[in-house]
Amino acid sequence: MVPFGGWDMPLHYGSQLEEHHRVRRDAGIFDVSHMLVVDVAGADATAWLRRLLANDVARLVPGQALYSCMLNEEGGVIDDLIAYRRVAGAATPFRVVVNAGTSDKDLAWMSAAAAGFDLALQPRRDLVMLAVQGPRACERAAPLLPESLRAAALALEPFHAAEAGDAFVGRTGYTGEDGWEVLLPAAAGLAFWDAALAVGIAPCGLGARDTLRLEAGMNLYGQDMDEATSPLVSGLAWTVAWEPAGRAFIGRGALERERAAGPAQRLAGLVLGERGVMRRGQRVVTAAGDGLVTSGGFSPTMNCSIALARVPVAAAGACEVEIRGALRPARLLRPPFVRHGRVLVS
Amino acid sequence: MSAVPGELKYTRDHEWLRQESDGTVVVGITDHAQQQLGELVFVELPEAGATLAAGQGCAVVESVKAASDVYAPLAGTVVAVNDALEQEPGLVNSSPYGDGWLLRIAPATAVAGLLDAAAYQQVLAAEG
Repeated sequence: MVPFGGWDMPLHYGSQLEEHHRVRRDAGIFDVSHMLVVDVAGADATAWLRRLLANDVARLVPGQALYSCMLNEEGGVIDDLIAYRRVAGAATPFRVVVNAGTSDKDLAWMSAAAAGFDLALQPRRDLVMLAVQGPRACERAAPLLPESLRAAALALEPFHAAEAGDAFVGRTGYTGEDGWEVLLPAAAGLAFWDAALAVGIAPCGLGARDTLRLEAGMNLYGQDMDEATSPLVSGLAWTVAWEPAGRAFIGRGALERERAAGPAQRLAGLVLGERGVMRRGQRVVTAAGDGLVTSGGFSPTMNCSIALARVPVAAAGACEVEIRGALRPARLLRPPFVRHGRVLVS
Repeated sequence: MSAVPGELKYTRDHEWLRQESDGTVVVGITDHAQQQLGELVFVELPEAGATLAAGQGCAVVESVKAASDVYAPLAGTVVAVNDALEQEPGLVNSSPYGDGWLLRIAPATAVAGLLDAAAYQQVLAAEG
């Protein structure tokens, strides 16, 4: 067990490497109840989210979700989150899921930004959140869902969600595999967890969650971006909705200035050319100047070390990483490294 | 609780040694050490024939969590290393006192200054 975002979380349930492989090849389940669900109610919910988030919820149809950064006025990332536009008849028009370690400051920021809007924020600490992930996750977990939700859940496109009563299912995740993130009231959530294990879905801890998301090229808040770095230097420019130009989201001015000047850095993928493991904080030496590993580790799927690193924007191709005092050959490339069980880099 | 076999010698750095009948010494890391490190993904070993000074870094064990140096528990010459760890570093986790051995040393001097199992147990107890 390790402390994580104010929670005690299991690093693994026996073998981190085995859990990783189970998710790539079959199905695993993660208890991600530490993440905070915030339901957004009120007549101004849409207008407020369009001000709060760098991505644009006006693009969503009911039942659709998007990934977005929530920025400060300087364009730094306060948090990354998923915003769901809920289906007609749901209790609130939107649902947002934020990180655990940032949840207090997120709520404070959201509340401050709500001034002048007809809006109510409803933190949902009463819900259990479980992620079932892997090529066989949906097939194995479908029978465990409330019957009223089963067919709709199986029919979901990626980044869409269905709900019935207090049960909510999104075809989302943090592993690069197919799967669902399931929200349930506490008692039903515990029963779902037990039932998942009983049908052979592997319980997975934070360790596998980190190697899976790193292989999938997904950022971890607090490591790959934070309040001092913008989406433009964090590989997240694709999540910024510049159009319509008149949408004044928080941080837009700073981001537009940075974009006009040209960002000095970018977030790149790294593959180590020999044995050893790249770790966060190590120096990356490139022909265009030095960079820094923001997330590094061992890729169980590729059987070598991979990393995300913030490097000068012109850096490309061969480089070196300083590991325990020695410069080791590595290669810069565009993440993701692995998706849907397949290695995407050579 | 970690295993501490009675027939082995130990260091405070959580290494174990087994004196063989031919005078060589087999070295590995203890069950406690592998538990603390977590699952190993790489083991870097010296070349056979290398000369080691006592206390010199002679191997690196790298886990999913961190890299850690292994120090030569005594001076001598490396006569063999466990090549199987190149393909299967997890042997150190599954069998720290058996198939997960690291290297075999021909000691340059008499083997001394090591802990017996009871003394190593006390080291572990003191670390809590």
